[in-house]
Amino acid sequence: MSALTAHAVSWGVRDRLVLDGVTVRVAEGSTVGLLGPNGSGKSSLLRVMAGLRPASSGVVRLGRDDLADLGRRSVARRVAVVEQESTTDVDPLVREVVALGRLPHRRPWAPESEADRRAVARAAAAMRTEHLLERRWASLSGGERQRVQLARALAQEPTELLLDEPTNHLDVRHQLELLALVVAADTTTVLALHDLNLALAHCDEVVLLADGRVRAAGPPADVITPDLVAEVYGVEAVVERAAGGATWVRFVRPLPSAAAGA
Amino acid sequence: MSTTIERPAPARAPARPRLAVVRRPWLLGPACAALLVVSVAVATTVGPSTLGPTDALAVAWSRLTGAESGLTLLQEGIVWDLRLPRAVLAAVCGAGLALVGVVLQSLLRNPLADPYVLGVSSGASSGAVAVAVLGLGAGTLGLASGAFVGAVVSFGLVLALGLLAGGTPDRMVLAGVAATQLFSALTSFIVYTAADAETTRGVMFWLLGSLSSSTWDDVVLCGVVVALGAAVCWAAAGTLDAFMFGHDAAATLGVPVTAVRVGLLVVTALMTAVVVSTCGAIGFVGLVLPHAARAVVGTGHRALVPTATVLGAIFLVWVDTAARVVIAPQELPVGVATALVGVPAFVVILLRRRSRP
Repeated sequence: MSALTAHAVSWGVRDRLVLDGVTVRVAEGSTVGLLGPNGSGKSSLLRVMAGLRPASSGVVRLGRDDLADLGRRSVARRVAVVEQESTTDVDPLVREVVALGRLPHRRPWAPESEADRRAVARAAAAMRTEHLLERRWASLSGGERQRVQLARALAQEPTELLLDEPTNHLDVRHQLELLALVVAADTTTVLALHDLNLALAHCDEVVLLADGRVRAAGPPADVITPDLVAEVYGVEAVVERAAGGATWVRFVRPLPSAAAGA
Repeated sequence: MSTTIERPAPARAPARPRLAVVRRPWLLGPACAALLVVSVAVATTVGPSTLGPTDALAVAWSRLTGAESGLTLLQEGIVWDLRLPRAVLAAVCGAGLALVGVVLQSLLRNPLADPYVLGVSSGASSGAVAVAVLGLGAGTLGLASGAFVGAVVSFGLVLALGLLAGGTPDRMVLAGVAATQLFSALTSFIVYTAADAETTRGVMFWLLGSLSSSTWDDVVLCGVVVALGAAVCWAAAGTLDAFMFGHDAAATLGVPVTAVRVGLLVVTALMTAVVVSTCGAIGFVGLVLPHAARAVVGTGHRALVPTATVLGAIFLVWVDTAARVVIAPQELPVGVATALVGVPAFVVILLRRRSRP
C-alpha cells in the first residue's frame, strides 16, 4: 500500500501553474527522491504533500485519509518536514529545538513527559546530535543545524519524513553522512534533491519533474539516463555503471539552449 | 564506517551560565511571587508620610479580616486608598505589558515588537483626546472608555488591513505603522486645533502614562483582564515555541497558524487596550522586559511567559515608586521614567546582540 500519494495534484501562484496534474505514489518505508531543475516544482510538491499549501485540484492521501480532511495536529503526528534552511531570530538551546518535535503530542499546559524526554533522546541519538544538546542554535555549523532539524523531525515520531534539499550548503562528507542517517531512519522518506548522484546512491525511486509535470518516475538508474538528463536539465551527461552495481552520472557540458527546451 | 561525525567541538559559544533558581525551576515561581509581594509592600511605604512595610501589611490584613490595624484612619486611608491600589495596579499593568510584549515578539518574529506596535496606543490616545478635548460622548464616556474605543477601532483597522495584505508578520507590522501614524496625526491635530493649555497638559500627562489616579476599580478591571490573558498565553506557550522557525515550521508542528495568530493578536490587543485606557501608554516595559526575561530563563515560552509577567510587574512597581519620589513633590510621568530606565537597558541588549553571530 502507498503510504503517501499525490493524485493529479495542481497548485499555482496567481495564474502561473507551478504543479500541473502531478501524480506520485510513495511506497511505505521507501526513500523517494524528487528531481528536476530549478523551478520544476520540487519544493512546491513537497509543500503540497505536507499539507502546507492546499492543492487547487487533485488530492493528497496519507494512507487512506485525504490530507485535507485531517487536522494540522494529526498530520503533524504522522508527517514531519525539514525545510531547506531554518532561521530564527532567537537563540534557543539545541535541546529546545529538538523538543519542538514533541509539540504535536502534547496538550496545552502539559509539561514535558517521560515519553517526550525519551523521544528527544532517541531522535538526538539517531541523528548523532547528543553532544550538541546543551549548545546554542546560533553556535552550530550548517551541517549541525540540518542534523538538529532532522532530530526535531524524528522526535515527532513520524511515519513520513519530507525533506527539501537537506544537503544544500553542506560539504561532500556531510552530504553523504546526512543521507546515510536519513535512509537509516525508520520512516517513509520523500526528499527533493539537486544532486543526481546522491539520488542514484540513496533513493529507492525517483520522480523527475519538468515544468511542474512528472517527466519520468521509477528506480533511479532507469530515470537518470543521458537522454532524460539532456532533455530535462539541458546537459550532456555520461552514466557509468560499476561492476558492483553502483551507478553514477558525470556531466560533460551544457547543451545548446535549443535542445534544452523540452 | 561508523566513527563519530564530528569531534565534539570545543564549545564555541557555551550556554550562558544560568541563575541558581533556574536550575531549580520549582523555586522560580515562589521566589518571584515573594519578591513581587515584598516590592508592593515596600512601594506602599515610600512617600511623604512615613509608614513601614509592616504597617502596609497590617492595613491589608485588617481590611481583609476585620482585625484592628492599630493605625489612624488617615494612615489607613493613605495605605488602602492611595498607595496600595497604585502599587498593585503598577504590578498588574507591568505584568500585562511585559506578557503582551513576549507574545507579540514571538508571533510577529520581531524582537522590536512591543504592545503598541499594532496601533493600540495611538488609537487610544485619539479616543481619549476626542473625549477630553472635543467632548465626544457628551459626558457619558470617560477618558478611559474613549481610549478603549479608540484602541479597539485602531487595532480593528490594523487587523483588517494586515489580513487583507496577506496576514504575514511584516504586513501586520506595516499596517500597524500606518495606523500609528494616522492616529498620532489625528491626536496632534485635535490637540493643536481645539485644546487649551490646561487640557493639553492633562491629556499629555495621561498619554505619557500615569498611575496617579489608581483606584481599586481599576485594579479589579485590569487584574481580571490580565489574569485571563495570562492564562490564555500560558496555555499557548508550546504554540509560541512552534513559531520559532517561522509560520510554515509552526504549521508542520501541528499549529493551526492563522487561527492561533488572529486569536492571540486579539487577546493581546484587548489586554493592551484595557491597560492603556487605565493608565496611558507606558512605554518600554513591553519591549525591554521580554528580553530581560529571555536572558534569565531562555527562549522556551513555558518558563518565559510567567517569568516576563512577574518581572514586568516588579519592574513597573519600582519604576512608578521612583517616578513618585525623584522630583517630589512633583511627579514624573511613569512613561518617562520607564524610558529613562528602559533606554540604557535596551542599549545593552543591542550591544549583546551585535556580539553574537
